[in-house]
Amino acid sequence: MFTNAGTSSFTSFLSKVAPEMLPGRRPLPPGMAADMAPHATTIVAISAAGGVVMAGDRRATMGNLIAQRDIEKVHPADAYSLVGIAGTAGIGIELMRLFQVELEHYEKIEGAMLSLDGKANRLASMIRGNLGAAMQGLAVIPLFAGFDLAAADPARAGRIFSFDVTGGPYEETGYDAIGSGSLFAKSALKKRFRAGLSIDDATKLAVEALYDAADDDTATGGPDLTRRIYPVVMTATAEGTHRLTDAETGAIAEAVVSARMENPGG
Amino acid sequence: MAMQFYASPEQIMRDRSELARKGIARGRSAVVLSYEGGVLFVAENLSSALHKVSEIYDRIGFAAVGRYNEFENLRRAGVRMADLNGLSYDRRDVTGRALANAFAQTLGAIFTEQSKPFEVEICVAEVGAAPDDDELYRLTYDGSVNDEPGRMAMGGQAEAITGVLKAEHRADMTLGEAVKVAVKALGSVGGEGGAARTIAANQLEVAVLDRRRIGRTFRRITGAALTALLDGGVAEEPAGGPQTPTAPTGEAHKPTTSAASADLERRESEGES
Repeated sequence: MFTNAGTSSFTSFLSKVAPEMLPGRRPLPPGMAADMAPHATTIVAISAAGGVVMAGDRRATMGNLIAQRDIEKVHPADAYSLVGIAGTAGIGIELMRLFQVELEHYEKIEGAMLSLDGKANRLASMIRGNLGAAMQGLAVIPLFAGFDLAAADPARAGRIFSFDVTGGPYEETGYDAIGSGSLFAKSALKKRFRAGLSIDDATKLAVEALYDAADDDTATGGPDLTRRIYPVVMTATAEGTHRLTDAETGAIAEAVVSARMENPGG
Repeated sequence: MAMQFYASPEQIMRDRSELARKGIARGRSAVVLSYEGGVLFVAENLSSALHKVSEIYDRIGFAAVGRYNEFENLRRAGVRMADLNGLSYDRRDVTGRALANAFAQTLGAIFTEQSKPFEVEICVAEVGAAPDDDELYRLTYDGSVNDEPGRMAMGGQAEAITGVLKAEHRADMTLGEAVKVAVKALGSVGGEGGAARTIAANQLEVAVLDRRRIGRTFRRITGAALTALLDGGVAEEPAGGPQTPTAPTGEAHKPTTSAASADLERRESEGES
């Protein structure tokens, strides 16, 4: 089964040899299942000069309960792109792992990386495969962003793609947010985003937007200063993906919180 | 009606072996060896696009000689198997030994069941925490597996090349020294009247499994970096990655961690606060 000529796509290979490992291929009993599993919440992405920043809060909720305080929802998809997940956490993590393997697999088989648009299209078709489960309440919506190595202008190489339950992708200009707090995060970004922000400014802006989301959305967690749990912030630039250390995000989060002590609206 | 002549099983196997051996000996050679910083692959290859050396998984590399379409088929199978196992279990559960066994089964089945055996010889190498922990497996056309002691040569006049390697290879060599030994060994045969020859950088395919990296350790060395190594300049390590030695299994890998990000690796190697 491994030696057939086949395709360079890992999901196509799985669909032949182990379809049960693909999310969306499992038969689900009828009925709504939305409240039975934890939900991951808000992710924001901002394109900046020379790259893109993605940040996510750390909360997962199950109904009115906090299921996890320190879940990590922003991950590197490969060396130059980032993926953040919102929606049913279990399926989201599975989808994201599968997407990581899909990109790495293609790279190893073909000896070359997929284009950024190719990666976004692959992710869209994987989400589309989960449509049945999504209609029963187990929806997963990722946010995808990356540094486009083929971009003519390196300043505009940071690109963001959003999706819906039926796939997508939709390329976003400037910034985007997904998840339950995205309405508030996007409102904050709408007023503060400027084209050509530096990566550092975009990082601060992302943490601010998450603070605004947590301020008005119960399912989004703000910076937890007592437990030292801060948002996960990652960047994708020409040098590759980079995750800010807890010390770095902690310093930014503390600055944001102390500024809000004086002006709660930011 | 055509008369079916009787051929004994021994004769059939001998004929197949001879066919495979001749095919493998016609090609250019490849050398795999352990050095202080990892496992080095050097293959003589005129093409820069059709690879003889490639990545299978985080700490596992693949080198092959013989017919391209046949070993390419095996390589793809290896990548598929590794990725499937890594996804269903964990990245640490993909081992060179398991892959070598799978390749041996496939090659053995092809040798006995098909009318023509694969004319290939392959090496599955897994880099360990120290040169002594490196695993090099030699797989031949009939499915036999050998565990090699830190160095091996395949294809062409492999025996002569192995002789040079045996005399000059040490496990504590730097990358620069290791590349020089490998290129010298490859060039020790095939010159005019069996004399030594020099091989240009553009005829070499060089890659390493870098012991010090966490996650995907495979790196190709091409262009200026390769020329510098061959000229005996700075023994430059391939770009990127943390420089502190780390055991491959000592890390608390999270299940959702991609191996692709060097920075995520760095954070892990420092330990999370």
